[in-house]
This record gives sequence, structure tokens and C-alpha cells, in this order.
Amino acid sequence: MAEVRLENISKHFNKVIAVDDFNLSIKDREFVVLVGPSGCGKTTTLRMIAGLEAITEGNIYIGDRLINRLPAKDRNIAMVFQNYALYPHMTVYQNMAFGLEQRKAPKEEIKQRVREAAKILGIQDLMDRRPKQLSGGQRQRVAVGRAIVRKPEVFLFDEPLSNLDAKLRVQTRVELKKLHERLATTIVYVTNDQVEAMTMGDRIVVMKDGLIQQVGAPLELYNSPTNIFVAGFIGSPAMNFFEAELVHSGERLSVQTDSFRIDLSPKKAALTEGYSEKKVIVGIRPEDLLEAREHVTGKTIQTTVEVVEPIGSEIYVNVSAGEVPLTASVDRKARVKPHQEFVVEPSLDYLHLFDIRNENTLS
Amino acid sequence: MVGERFGSKLIKFYTPLVLYLVFLLFPFYWMANTVFKSDIELYDLALNPLYIHSPTFDNVAHLFTQTIFLRWMWNTFFVAILATIISLAASLLAAYAIQRLQFKTSGPTGVAIFLGYLVPQTILFIPLAHIIFKLRLWDSLWSLILTYPTFLIPFCTWLLMGYFKSIPKEMEECAMIDGTSRINIFRKIILPLCLPGILSAGIFCFTLSWNEFIYALAFISATTSKTVPIGLVTELVRGDVYHWGPLMAGALCASVPVALVYSFFVEHYVAGMTGALKE
Amino acid sequence: MDAVAATEQDFRPPSLRKRLSMALENPTFLGFLFVAPAELLLLIFLAYPLLLGLWLGLTDTIVGREGNFIGFQNYISLVHDASFWLTVFNTFLYTLVAVFFKLILGVGLAVVLNRDFKGKGLMRAIVLLPWIIPTALSAICFWWLYDSTFSGISWTLIKLGLMDHRINFLGDAWNARWSLIVANIWRGVPFFTIGLLAGLQTINPDLYEAAEIDGAGSWARFRKITLPLLMPLLTVVTVFSTIWTFADFQLVWVITRGGPGGATHIFGTLSFQRAMSGGHFGEGAAISNFMLPILVACVFIAFVFLRKED
Repeated sequence: MAEVRLENISKHFNKVIAVDDFNLSIKDREFVVLVGPSGCGKTTTLRMIAGLEAITEGNIYIGDRLINRLPAKDRNIAMVFQNYALYPHMTVYQNMAFGLEQRKAPKEEIKQRVREAAKILGIQDLMDRRPKQLSGGQRQRVAVGRAIVRKPEVFLFDEPLSNLDAKLRVQTRVELKKLHERLATTIVYVTNDQVEAMTMGDRIVVMKDGLIQQVGAPLELYNSPTNIFVAGFIGSPAMNFFEAELVHSGERLSVQTDSFRIDLSPKKAALTEGYSEKKVIVGIRPEDLLEAREHVTGKTIQTTVEVVEPIGSEIYVNVSAGEVPLTASVDRKARVKPHQEFVVEPSLDYLHLFDIRNENTLS
Repeated sequence: MVGERFGSKLIKFYTPLVLYLVFLLFPFYWMANTVFKSDIELYDLALNPLYIHSPTFDNVAHLFTQTIFLRWMWNTFFVAILATIISLAASLLAAYAIQRLQFKTSGPTGVAIFLGYLVPQTILFIPLAHIIFKLRLWDSLWSLILTYPTFLIPFCTWLLMGYFKSIPKEMEECAMIDGTSRINIFRKIILPLCLPGILSAGIFCFTLSWNEFIYALAFISATTSKTVPIGLVTELVRGDVYHWGPLMAGALCASVPVALVYSFFVEHYVAGMTGALKE
Repeated sequence: MDAVAATEQDFRPPSLRKRLSMALENPTFLGFLFVAPAELLLLIFLAYPLLLGLWLGLTDTIVGREGNFIGFQNYISLVHDASFWLTVFNTFLYTLVAVFFKLILGVGLAVVLNRDFKGKGLMRAIVLLPWIIPTALSAICFWWLYDSTFSGISWTLIKLGLMDHRINFLGDAWNARWSLIVANIWRGVPFFTIGLLAGLQTINPDLYEAAEIDGAGSWARFRKITLPLLMPLLTVVTVFSTIWTFADFQLVWVITRGGPGGATHIFGTLSFQRAMSGGHFGEGAAISNFMLPILVACVFIAFVFLRKED
């Protein structure tokens, strides 16, 4: 059983609170991603699970065991470091065998397990080489191999792809995901790349300044972010945000800026019940801003194109609606040019409304 | 790290450290202790020698008045400073040449200089004595000033080469494009950037000069020309009479300049030593 | 008009000044110029004496007068000299034992000092003290500390009940040897400590964490990670220390002058005694020259070892 439970975990470094009241229950075989900007506490949390940092407050359980004071080597976990931490004076084989040798496993067993892991990762031909003779991608595999040889209860990954070039990163992502299916073990994965988080995690934990912002499945976070931070962090290009006034006109509720007005659907309007402020922050993703043929007040926004970024599969159009900058993601065949007029229609069902005081989503 | 208890920390850390500190500091303590004891107290076996019963400055006074300690100090300073200047100058130029100018034999020259550091004074002192005698530098402080660079230059060159490596080549190339002459590049760009290295090397030269013994013992016999270590060892022992009090006072007072220089520049000293070793 | 003026100017040979400044831009010329002072000094006062020393060993030079070539006579008479063999024995004993302990203590201390603790900087500075203080001065101190009547060590040991009589440190042959070795260790450990400390700090700390997770306890981490990665630096430091200890002079000379009865002579002190006190330059040089093969062997072994590690 390899459930991991973190209860009220906090970490203080002198006066700095790196992790604040972190609560999470990870199910057996789940792939959980901790994601957030630098300094949000995700790596510190991971290291507390590993036993490389002492816990200031709270409890961590692996299965039924309380592991707070257990030294790292007795926790039956394996970790892949950001810089791989391969032993430079040992061959690939020795690097992978090290953990088992320390646990006094019989030689035959070690040989067999290392070979098995090497095969899975495709590094059988590199066994006699030293780390400095390997490419970045190869080193990364050895680091992963070293971890899987141990057959631990939990795998910990600390930004393992950040040192790979973009193409290799995409490739390796897929392979790690396949590995997870094959090994069927609990994984806790730290990254600052939201694409990695979205594509790999069963569940994602978004962190900021030591606090959990939201926990949920990828699409849950994408569709129903609980605050502006999560909404802006997940999804690329990022969600558009602008301040608007809530305007009632009879039955109709609209959000209005200096240059345009959008009438809200009844469903969305209902979200503002109990909200007493006059202003609200509106969020709409670029992919939810559609190109419209003509302008209809209350439904569409008239904009001027500033910059056009064709990335091949689609086109990112950076426009300005008066003082409000927006990014729309449109079809790759669209004909858009800078300085021309461009009308966008926000998809009403995908509009997000945020409390202007605390930046939480209105619900 | 998680899991380390205080007991384990005590064994692995505090105990060895404390034991070693006792071992390290005891001689210093004993030396300082002796300096301020009167002869009577010193040679009284009934007293506990571990602390001073009635402190006195007699030994220090004896040192400064009955011996020419101050003269020896002056000699040693003179030699150390001049040897340092000569060595620094020669090393700076040599290190720059080998590291940056990359001329044809720069590699082997560098190795040769390094190997020079490995030749100990105990092999060279006899032939050198012969040469010194021939050059009529016998009993002169110049015999030391000219021979000390033989062990100062190799080390300083090595150290300074390390420093030059850390200055990006692009800076010099930029200056060359700007039209500066190579000599001016050396004077105006490299030298200022190298000051920490020069400081480290200078401190090394200074402390190593003070530490030299065999040449000073072999080449100089006139009492007034001796350096401090030689003077203390040879002049404060008359026949069977060991003037321990003044001897320790001399050892203590002579240690002071070096310790002072060291304490102000510890970081540079350690950086210099470790930088050189890493090469 | 201008074209003509230009060609006229081209034909004038460059002035001496211009030639000099051009030469100074040439890296090769400048390089040689810059290396010259150092090279000159080292050639006159290091390379030449080295060869002269070899020559002197083959002569019967006495201080003050030129010697005659006598071939290997000096060496032959040394081989038949009992006190020479005693010196050989002593030097090897002194070097091997002292370096061994300096290494062990140096490594241990470096590991201990590598942890983070308050006053680390101060501790490092204190640890370096024996190395900084001029050797002769600390030798004087040990000389006094080893006095057979007034030694503080004897007094402390007797008070603690560990001994019942004062130790004759320097009057007994074996006591004198151990006393010198201890003084040498006292002085030499800092060099190992600081050098190895620097080496320890270059080891990627992630490696220790990875090893810990892999299941290695602190001793296993030391043996499998720290030591192997420290080997190159350890080799260099040990070779240096071996050479310096082997060729030592001042510590032994100040404390025992090679006594009692020549029991603690090492190559340096015996050579000095024969050459300076006795006046026999030729013989003294011969003794010193015996050190050369050992030193060359040391350096050679170190090179080979380091090449292999790469």
C-alpha cells in the first residue's frame, strides 16, 4: 500500500514560511503533480516527503507508517533529482546498482534488476560508461533507471525535465507517462511547467507562496479554477483578465468596460448573487475568444490587431479593445493583419468571474 | 538531516573537534603561559604550571633589552618584504605570459616552474652556500632576498595563473580592438582585476619568508644580521643555560606580525591556498 | 598627388621606437620578455645549484676551497657509515608515520568542519594557526614543552594519574623520535585539513542526498562518495606533504639537532651537520643528493596515479 498522506504540513526556515498548512491525500498508484512558480514551496514539500528536510509541523504517512522522523534511507522511496545527481566516478551500471548494494541484495538479483530497468529505458548499451560520457537525455534516463531499480513504494521527481531541450522534453514526458502505467506506483512530481502538469498528472496541486491554491484533475483546474492565480497559471497562452463594472439593465446583467459591454448569460449572472461589489474581474481564455463576422453590441468586442503570432497550428492574435489588451487564439487559416479591425466574440459559457477583493472565483 | 539525534552529533562532531582543539591550542597556551612567569616561578616544581601565579613582564623586558631581538625583527621584515616584492613582480609577469600570451614554450615553462616548487631547500642549500660565498653575499641579508624567490615564485606563479584564468578573455580582446597596447592592457585592465590574487600571493610570500630557516641559518653567521628564528634559537642558549622565559617571549612576539597579517587576510589566504590546490 | 605621397611614406624603414612597440604587441616576444625575470632567478638560484649539488657530491670540497673530483667516494663512504643508515631509517620512519597520521587526521577534521555550524569561519582560522606560525617558533615551543624536567605534558599526565614519572622526551632515542613526529603532525595537519575542506566543498551535495535515499548510511556515503571523489586532491596534497616532510630540516634541528647521539637525524640535518658544522661540503652534498631519487619517485607515482584516475 503506497498511499501518501500529508496532514497540516508546515515548513519554516527561521522567519520564512516556505510551506503553510499543506494537506493532501495521495492514493496508491496516483500520479500527483505539484506545480507553481519558483519559491512556491513545491520542492520543499517534496523534500519533506523524501526526508531531506525536517518537518516543522504536521505529519506525513506512507501507507500506515508515520514517517516524520524516519531517515530518508528507511522510507522506501526513490527520487530523481533535477540535476540527476549521478555518481560521477561510477559507471552507469554501478550508479543503478548502488541502492541495491547498500541494502545488501544478492549479486544475481542486482544484475537482473538493473538489466530489467535498463531495458525498459533503452539504456542497455550504456552500462559501462561514466556519466560525463553521456548526453543530457541519457543521463536523465540513468537517473530514472536508478530510481526504478529499487522498486520503491513512492517515486519522487524534482523537475526532472527542466534541463532537457524542448523537443526532448516533449518526448520524455510521453515516456514517463508510459512508465507510470507500466510500473503502477505512486508518483509525486514537481514542475514549474503547467503543460507538464496538465499532460502528466492524474491530479494537480497548484501552489503559491507555500499555500495550496487548488487540487484537482487537470480539466477540473482548466475549466473551474478557484481563483485568478490558478486560472492564469493553467493554460497557455494565459487567460485574459480585465476589470469591468457590473451593470444591471432590467433583467439583463452585463460586464462593462470603457470600450465594450458583454451581456452575461443567466447562468453566469446567477453567480453574482450575494456579490456586493460594483466591479468584477472577468477572465476569458484566448481559445474562447472566437472570430466574429460583424459587431453586435453586448455580444462581441471590437478590437484593433497589434501583433500577429502564427505558430502553425493556430494563430495568436494580440489585440486591444480600447485600453484592454486581449489575446485570442484563432484558426490557422484566419486572415489577420496588424492594425486592422478585428471582432471577437467571447464564448459566454466559458466566461469566468472573479471577486475583485480576494480574487476568488464567484460561485 | 532528518533522523540525526543529539547523541550521534556529540560523537561525530563535538567530541573530535574538542579533542583536536585541545591538542592544537595546548602548545600555544603553554608558550604564552611561560612568557609571563618569572624565572623563579618557572623553575619551581612545586607549583601548578598550568596557570600563572604572579604575572611578570621580565621576560619580555629581557628580550627587548638584553638581546638584539628588535634588530632581528627588522632583518626579517626587510628580507620578507623585499623578497615578496621581487617574487610578486616576477610571478605576475610570468603567470600572465604563460596563461595569456600562450607563446610557444609556455606549456613546458609552466610545468618547469611548477616542478621548481617541488625541489626542497635541503637539497639546494649546500650548492647555494657555495654560490653565495662566491658572490660575496655571505652574511648579507641580500643572500636571502635573492634566494627566497626560488621557492616563492613557483607558488605565486601557480596561484596567479589561476586568477588569470578567471578573467574572461573577451575583456582583453575588447581592449585590443579599442586600440590599447598589450602592455597597457596588462597594466590597466588585468592588474586591477587581479588585486585579490596579488594580495593572496603577497601574504603567502610574507608568511613563507618568515618561515624560512635553513638558508638563513646557513648563509648568515653574524649575530646582527640574523633573522628572528635563527637569532632566537642560536643566541638565547648560552652553553648549557637555556633562557626559556625570553625564548618563549621571543617566539610569541615574533609570531605576532605573522598572526596579525594572517588574521586580517584569512579569507584571502584560504582562498589562495585552495585555489592553487584545485589547479 | 596623394597616391605618390603615400608610397613615399611606405618606403621609409620603421624607426627603432616603432619597431619596439610592434615587437611588444607580438605575444611571443612579449611572452619571453615577461617570463624572463622569473626564469632568470630560477635558473641562477635553482636550476644551476641543483646541478652544482650533483657535482659537489662527486668532489671533496671543503668550505672555502675548491674541491677535487673524487668520483663516487663520498657515496661509498656513506654507505659504510652506520650513522648514515640510521639517518635513512629515521627519515623514512619520520615521513611515513607523520604523513599517515596527518592524512587521517586531516581528512577526519575536514569532514567534521564541512558541516554548517556557528563559528565555522573562526574555527577554520584557528585550525590553520599551526601552519601559519613560523615553524621554528613553534619548534622552540615544543622544545620547551618537551623539557625533561619542566614539561607541562609530563605534569598533566602525572596529575591525571596516567604516569608516575616524568617523560624523558628528548634524551631517549625512541621518545625523541615520537616527540618529533607528534610535533610534525601538529604542524602539518592544517595543510591537509584546509586543502581537503576545499575539495569537499566541490562535491555536489545532491550526490549525498541521492546516496541517502539509495540507502547509504553516513559511513557508506563517506567511503563510496566522498573518498573516491576526493582522491585526486588527496593524492596531490599527500605528495606535497611527503616531499616536505622527507626534506624537513627546521623542526628536527631546533628540537634535537639530530640527537640524542644522532638518533633523530634526517637527511637534511645530517647533511647540514656534515657540511656546515663539519665543513665537508662534498660529503654534505652527497647526503642531500640521496634525497633526489626518492623525490623524483614520489612525483612520478603521483603523476601516474593521477593519469589513471582520469
